[in-house]
Amino acid sequence: MHSNKNGYWFVFPYAALFVVFILAPVIMAVLLSFTNFNAIETPNFVGFLNYINLITSDDTFMKYVLPNTVKYALIVGVGGYVLSFLLAWALANLPKVPRTIFALILYSPSMTTGVAMTVLWKIMFTGDQTGYINSWLMNIGVINEPIIWLVSTDYLLPIVIIIGLWSSMGVGFLSILAGLLNVDESLYEAAAIDGVRNRFQEMIYVTIPSMKPQMLFAAVMQIVGAFQNGQISTLLAGNPTPQYAAQLIVNHIEDYGFIRYEMGYAAAVSVVLLLIVQIFSAVSTKLFTEKD
Amino acid sequence: MAAYKGHRMSPDEFEKGQIKIFLLVLPMVLLTGLPIVFIFFHAFKPMEELFAFPPKFITLHPTLDNFRKLLKASQSAGIPLSKYVFNSIFITAAVVFGSLLFSTMAAYALSKLKFKGRNVMMQINQIALMFVSCAVMIPRYLIVNKLGMIDTYWAEILPLIALPVGLFLIKQFVDQVPDSLIEAAYMDGAKEWQIYLKVVLPLIRPAIATAAILVFQQVWTNLETSNYYINDDSIKSLAFYMSTLTSTTTTNTVAGQGIAAAASLIMFLPNLILFCILQKNVMNTMAHSGIK
Repeated sequence: MHSNKNGYWFVFPYAALFVVFILAPVIMAVLLSFTNFNAIETPNFVGFLNYINLITSDDTFMKYVLPNTVKYALIVGVGGYVLSFLLAWALANLPKVPRTIFALILYSPSMTTGVAMTVLWKIMFTGDQTGYINSWLMNIGVINEPIIWLVSTDYLLPIVIIIGLWSSMGVGFLSILAGLLNVDESLYEAAAIDGVRNRFQEMIYVTIPSMKPQMLFAAVMQIVGAFQNGQISTLLAGNPTPQYAAQLIVNHIEDYGFIRYEMGYAAAVSVVLLLIVQIFSAVSTKLFTEKD
Repeated sequence: MAAYKGHRMSPDEFEKGQIKIFLLVLPMVLLTGLPIVFIFFHAFKPMEELFAFPPKFITLHPTLDNFRKLLKASQSAGIPLSKYVFNSIFITAAVVFGSLLFSTMAAYALSKLKFKGRNVMMQINQIALMFVSCAVMIPRYLIVNKLGMIDTYWAEILPLIALPVGLFLIKQFVDQVPDSLIEAAYMDGAKEWQIYLKVVLPLIRPAIATAAILVFQQVWTNLETSNYYINDDSIKSLAFYMSTLTSTTTTNTVAGQGIAAAASLIMFLPNLILFCILQKNVMNTMAHSGIK
């Protein structure tokens, strides 16, 4: 390959936009997190005060936001990931036509990216007996009184989690499916000779190791998708959600940044979110990097 | 006992052994698909069926009433629906075109041209796959504000063009283009931009199609830009207008729900249609999506 300075010209337009709208905001978030900034006056440096406050005196964060976020991330992020692998694996074992149709149906919720379908969930979970879920549950006798789903502190987070799972078969799912379909068949034959006895062993010893790159890509997509989708809870129940029942870290940032205008503090919460995503992806990288 | 022979992914035809898998997958597919089928039915329900008690899932007398009311609602609001449709089509077209052009250029350079720093750039882009845009909405807002783009179309276009996952998928695909083809073009006296246009672009169509779908989904349903960067209602997006219809005040009335369902359907359909047309390309691209 030639050493070629023209490369810079080809990269420049993308790189410029990347720096301005992705890299710079991340750096600014880190810088702002060490300041006290109300969006009007110039920010003044306060050191680690925002982080200290976040840990020691933000009751909402410690009591609701963090536990909610951990629960949500584990179920929708990790659980959704396992689910998309299992579904992709099952689909890969079907002939082409049903596979394509099923994959399309499973993928379609992720196209709705939360916002477009908010109304759907509002209608489904209407809080009186005219709501669809209430009406069905009363019909089959599970409940006697309609439940006010979207105001209920018991049900709001589970609903957000279910919606999160529903829309989690996204790009990562497709990547896993493509990976499964492209595993070299001779590997399976060789493994059978080496003593692999059933499909489960095959999955663990042959399939997953031979598609680690796709597994990693899918894991990253899953994590990002899960956090990005967290906005659904405020779309359903407003910000803050009733008694912070489904307040996730993304909503907490919005609360402080755009409702209270404590931007320095909001930036500190953003940095924590970015760190959480980093931790998840570091774990995935450790699991799925090829050692050779 | 017969030895386990290893099985094939993607069987050519239906076999008895697949029944188990069908039974496993079908409930999941149905659960995922139902909400989407529901939106279709709901959007076409006449008034008396919207009010029906107990609520009905299926529409018996489909009508276009909800769509008509949607049109009327926008007329009374002062800004015609056609203006929002124009804004969204214009913004989406600009972002998709810009994103594909810049990403393919960058992908070609990062994959096939040798220059200082290209590996670092690829690494940075790979880390940015984890970018959760809603975490940094505040600094992003400050940057858009500083650049004087508030209340212009620029604010709705430029921040969305650099999409790390788009560049990543395209670059992985360009890696598959054999170097010998590019060497041969150099021999014939071709310049880099000619190689980019005549050799690389035609060979990476599946990746371009896939990136197009992903970018389209990001822009078409994007609320962030209209919400935070635009005060002037006449240049806000269709997604934003639709989201005002689905807000709490309107969906509390049953008639409002019908209109909101129609709005959701209008937002969702273009995504679905585009994906159906291009799905072959997507699976082809995803086969190379792994992070190594």
